[in-house]
Amino acid sequence: MASTTANVNVDKWGGAARPMKASYGKLMIWFFLLSDALTFTGFLLSYGALRMSNAAWPVPDHVFSSFPGGLHHKPLIFVTVMTFVLIVSSVTMFKAVQEGHRENKNGVVFWMLLTVLGGAAFLGCQAWEWNTLINEEHMTLSYNPFARHTESGTYLEGDGHEIKAGDTFEAGDSYLIHKHEGHWKRLKYKNEQGVVKKLQFGPQAFGQLFFCITGFHGFHVFTGVLFLLIIMLNVLSGLYVKRKNHYEMVEKVGLYWHFVDLVWVFVFLCFYLL
Amino acid sequence: MAEIKEVTYQPDSIIEELGYDDHFHDHGHDGDKYQVGFVSKYIFSTDHKIIAKQYLITGIIWAIIAAGMSVIFRLQLGFPEESMAWLRPLLGKWIVVNSEGFGTLAPEFYYALVTIHGTILVFFVLTAGLSGTFSNFLIPLQIGARDMASPFLNMLSYWFFFLAGLVMFLSLFVSTGPFSGGWVAYPPLSALPQAMSGSGVGMDLWLMSLVFFVVSVLLGGINYITTILNLRTKGMTMLRLPLTIWSFLVTAIIGLLSFPVLVAGFFLLIFDRTIGTSFYLSDIFIGGEALNHTGGSPVLYQHLFWFLGHPEVYIIILPAMGIVSEVMSTHARKPIFGYKAMIVSIASIGFLSFLVWAHHMFVSGMNPFIANFFILFTLIIAIPSAIKVFNWLTTLYQGDLHLRVPMLFAIGFVSFFISGGLTGLFLGNAPIDIQVHDTYFVVGHFHIVMGVAAFFGMWAGVYHWFPKMYGRFMNETMGKIHFWLTLISAYMVFWPMQYLGIAGVPRRYYSFDSFQTFSMFDGMNKVITVFAIIAFFTQLIFIFNFFYSIFYGRKVKSKNPWKATTLEWSTDIHPGHGNWEGKLPTVHRWPYDYNIDQVEYKPQYVPVSEGEEVIH
Repeated sequence: MASTTANVNVDKWGGAARPMKASYGKLMIWFFLLSDALTFTGFLLSYGALRMSNAAWPVPDHVFSSFPGGLHHKPLIFVTVMTFVLIVSSVTMFKAVQEGHRENKNGVVFWMLLTVLGGAAFLGCQAWEWNTLINEEHMTLSYNPFARHTESGTYLEGDGHEIKAGDTFEAGDSYLIHKHEGHWKRLKYKNEQGVVKKLQFGPQAFGQLFFCITGFHGFHVFTGVLFLLIIMLNVLSGLYVKRKNHYEMVEKVGLYWHFVDLVWVFVFLCFYLL
Repeated sequence: MAEIKEVTYQPDSIIEELGYDDHFHDHGHDGDKYQVGFVSKYIFSTDHKIIAKQYLITGIIWAIIAAGMSVIFRLQLGFPEESMAWLRPLLGKWIVVNSEGFGTLAPEFYYALVTIHGTILVFFVLTAGLSGTFSNFLIPLQIGARDMASPFLNMLSYWFFFLAGLVMFLSLFVSTGPFSGGWVAYPPLSALPQAMSGSGVGMDLWLMSLVFFVVSVLLGGINYITTILNLRTKGMTMLRLPLTIWSFLVTAIIGLLSFPVLVAGFFLLIFDRTIGTSFYLSDIFIGGEALNHTGGSPVLYQHLFWFLGHPEVYIIILPAMGIVSEVMSTHARKPIFGYKAMIVSIASIGFLSFLVWAHHMFVSGMNPFIANFFILFTLIIAIPSAIKVFNWLTTLYQGDLHLRVPMLFAIGFVSFFISGGLTGLFLGNAPIDIQVHDTYFVVGHFHIVMGVAAFFGMWAGVYHWFPKMYGRFMNETMGKIHFWLTLISAYMVFWPMQYLGIAGVPRRYYSFDSFQTFSMFDGMNKVITVFAIIAFFTQLIFIFNFFYSIFYGRKVKSKNPWKATTLEWSTDIHPGHGNWEGKLPTVHRWPYDYNIDQVEYKPQYVPVSEGEEVIH
């Protein structure tokens, strides 16, 4: 501003200026992200509350241990790949914004395209992960076959895979209830008091929260990919060259994209690491 | 006291000389195409002044519907022995008429009425109708902006509100009735469509409506905050903002941070209802049959709901407080007492509002130890509230009071805020709350402190800014009748409820016929109902006055009829697109220079004269 006031601070907040050095559009996207962050906070706190109230909550290392190609017992390897892809897409997004500041149209398009591919790859990974959980391990909203023993004991029958009759287990050990030809195979076991019981399904809330919260995040990634595509087409058409504001729209969708990545870090933390 | 010098100002020439040129009119906005057609000017308008009026009138319509509902359920509570067959043309099958022609209100519909009454008033009238109207109308005008930061999103905000209203309105006509599990929508009643007739389609529509409503609030709120931060005119520092703007800013921030959490809670509720999850459900039997839901927690919903629900009451009351401060200072011809203390109070109320939500849940089975934390913060809120009351009273003290209608309503606001606020101290204490929880004590408390008080703030605002909105005055006599009848009848409705509550009369009950203990209160219930009916018909005076005055009210002759200091009174009597014809005004002083240095008043755009001491 052309003001001559000596105190810069007063000037910035003195009206007819941008006190946070951001255009109204950027402020608005920031406030939107703030509100969206609180929606996710609501979800993740609900996750925490339900998880804390359930002793048989499955161990993530045990649940998320499949890898494409029929591999098993690879805890968290696949989700690491997914997360890496998403974080790399944040880097490419950053490059796109940088090219925007340099008014380099082709650079913006190139890096945005890579970001779109990264987002799409993440969504593909998520689809594979959901498919494995639903169709191979049979985790649905109503049944969760993953659980943890709440008491120690001895199996009285085997599952044909890894467990044999006579195997012992401790409280806190993980197990998976298999489904054979449409029937759940809930193994019999004897606890330390000699009572014979059948394995219980894990808490329903585990699968429900997993599908709802990662689904809600996946929806954000999906809309992000759509926005990226639309804005990329606008860049190609030369729309933002006319506006002469250093591709601010790319910067705004970039903020959204980084936010979606950041939220994934928290979702990842809650579901896979803790 | 020395003689007060009367003054007149010529805003046009002052602004032309000293104003701030933002080159707005260079871009040819004057002949903007949206000013042309009727549809783009009055319906899909992006002008904040029109959008404000849309919010106000929609709010008025909803207020009539919700107040009408309260009259019907008050008839049931006050006069259960009278036939309601005469309501059959309106309510149809919800009035059950027996062979002798005696009509009774169906109990299911009684619950639907109280539920929808609460939902409409809290969200549609006192959130959208109050902060939607005045934030839209006053923010650009009082900070010296051409319009909102994004006029388009502002328009969307209104239309999402409209859509929310439409869906809610449709839900009144489904055959199983609208949602009837209380406005707080606790599971399992709200989570199981088969729980009762009102939990079916009615609840689906209720949830859909409120999700649209949250979208509307967020679009509006993001706009308000951004506009206040970025679009203030030159010289309008944060400490020169009128208190209305401060209250709208904090209101919008509270909404931005609390409504999304409600949405998270609503989504989980929607999943429970539709795809069979059990976030809020555990171990439930319906009709003797066990449901396949385990591990959920209904208290989780209560936490998520009240995390919005409590800040929501400040979303309702803060705009009213801002309006009252502004109106009171103007009509008392005195600077507001403790301007900075008012700002700090508004901000600290906003902050504390996030730390008190579980005081609604003292009997929910929550850990009693945690209750201590919430009691403490609840009682701390009394401090900023008391500071504000003190400041209003000291603003009135030795003022040159002009008891025009807006001023009467502003004083009425303070009266209700004190009476309702004091009972809040009782409810904030778990030991007392456990006694009076879910009784009429609670109903009386919140209706006085956030229902009637917020309405009085809203009326103060409507009567005060009506000349700016429509270029005409509202009728003063009708306004005074409206004020006195409403004041008396509102106290006569809600004050006795607190006695009922202390005696243990529970809220939400359809009938007390089978409780001998409460038959002694039959007379009191009749009195309450009679005054509720008087209050309802009094509002028709206001509504007539409002619409009549739009077309036939006394015309405003000068730009600044109240001799106020804020910027909106420097625009034309009918401000056009962009609000100021030429340059924007430059601000030189705070907004409360009334009777300072023996000068009647000094508007914000008037430069500081030599030797004058500036307050901010």
